[in-house]
Amino acid sequence: MTDLLEVRNVSMFFGGLAALSDVSFGLRKGEILGLIGPNGAGKTTMFNVVNGFYHPSRGEVFFKGGKISGLRPHQVCKRGIGRTFQVVKPLQRMSALDNVIASAFLRVKGKGRAEEIAAETMRFVGLYDDRNVISKGLPLGKRKKLEIARALATQPELLLLDESFAGLNSAELDESIGIIQKIKARGITIMIIEHHMKVIMSISDRIVVLNYGEKIAEGSPLEIAHNPLVVEAYLGEEQSA
Amino acid sequence: MKRYPPFVALAVLAVLPLVGLSTYTMHVLILVIMWAVIGMAWNLLGGYCGQVSFGHAAFFGVGAYTAGILYSKFDWSPWWGIPLSIAVVSVFSLVLGFIVLRLRGPFFALATLASGEIMRVTAENWVDFTGGTLGILVQKRTWVGKTWYYYIILLIAAGTFLLVKKLIESKLGYYFVAIREDQDAAESLGIHTTLYKTVALCLSGALTGVAGAFYLNYMGYIDPFVVFGLHDISIVTIMIVMVGGVATYWGPFVGAVIMVLLAEWIRSIPGLGAAYQTLFGILLIVIIIFLPNGIVGDFPKIKRLLGLQRTS
Repeated sequence: MTDLLEVRNVSMFFGGLAALSDVSFGLRKGEILGLIGPNGAGKTTMFNVVNGFYHPSRGEVFFKGGKISGLRPHQVCKRGIGRTFQVVKPLQRMSALDNVIASAFLRVKGKGRAEEIAAETMRFVGLYDDRNVISKGLPLGKRKKLEIARALATQPELLLLDESFAGLNSAELDESIGIIQKIKARGITIMIIEHHMKVIMSISDRIVVLNYGEKIAEGSPLEIAHNPLVVEAYLGEEQSA
Repeated sequence: MKRYPPFVALAVLAVLPLVGLSTYTMHVLILVIMWAVIGMAWNLLGGYCGQVSFGHAAFFGVGAYTAGILYSKFDWSPWWGIPLSIAVVSVFSLVLGFIVLRLRGPFFALATLASGEIMRVTAENWVDFTGGTLGILVQKRTWVGKTWYYYIILLIAAGTFLLVKKLIESKLGYYFVAIREDQDAAESLGIHTTLYKTVALCLSGALTGVAGAFYLNYMGYIDPFVVFGLHDISIVTIMIVMVGGVATYWGPFVGAVIMVLLAEWIRSIPGLGAAYQTLFGILLIVIIIFLPNGIVGDFPKIKRLLGLQRTS
């Protein structure tokens, strides 16, 4: 079976800096893939390559068998990839619901239909009660949820979640994990960047580890937790007496 | 209830000439409505889509010259300039947009400012085609009285108002505002930002061009310094929308009433008249500090302030 998303030998250079070098991995339909690594490992760069903000210096990205590297973000979104941002980007002076309506318009023409989809999505992520709040006024936890709702309203097959859990308290954390599992149950494939190890280990089917722009490991959460290279990347090399 | 105000306003404006207003009052009313049209057009691009243009004189002037050249070179009635300016200015906007829409924020503003000036210099120097600094004079005006001009511009304004309202409440409106709030977020929500910014520019330009074509017919005379004027057109347009209320339906009307009346009033004061642009500048600063959303946008705030004064 071919993968839903295939990243093939992708390198991304900024001047002389290799933010990603020769990274390859695949994403199977219906799974949750965790993308982890220390700060500056190239995780968000990888999202920007998949999403179309960056065009890879080398290598290619395929989605459902078609090449998507080189497309603009709006074209990538149209093909079925939604994303959230690490630094949330709500459409500030719009109400929360209007944010989601704006993205629902991608798949539907009429405003009535867009409103239905938006309302349904807001209920799905538990933001319906805040639908009329101007999004600038929402607390961080809810803005993170709004990001997810907005991406979902474009009806993606693949969802890229960039640190949707960072800065949440433990109650919000549990709630968000619930939302991710509900999204998975709908058959949407997820690639997620997360620093919270407990979360990533518990929800991911597989994990890819980046360090200094290179893929250093790939496997089940259990394999990753016991991989010496990964431990070294996170905790530093063991001092040899 | 909320659907009625536009129709009530239109009805009041439609019967206004019947009460026998002076020629001067009619002239001021025509100017107010014309400026409201330009303000609404600017609002579409600058207010909703967030692309602040300092060069709307370019569109106004191209519209005015379309009607003028039709008359001076091809001997057609300059009234044909109104429909024709929609086509001409749309094409002009496409070409301009191709260049200036690559830029964001202040760079976009500067590029539009420059494009207005470039059009002025071109019109001044392309003497064979535009008549140069002498401008274009329409020998015989269609009507001596003001009434018909008033109804024509009122019709244009009503059409513009309905069009803007319809657009802003549709998918296009959501996309414009999304682009204003965050272009990167909009792009990743599947919005083709370049395309929709171009659409906003063309619509805004074409509506401004129609006002320009009307201006030629009404005034019977244009020259490059007026219709491509940075102070007289581009800056005044921005002030009207800022004072009235950015991204509001009624803001351009309120702004146009205030700015036109204020200009007429200040200019009539001996000794002070020459400094009216200085006073406009001061007014703009005051508005930006105290009413950043304009009179319509900050109306609740104004009501609150007045309410407080009454109780104390």
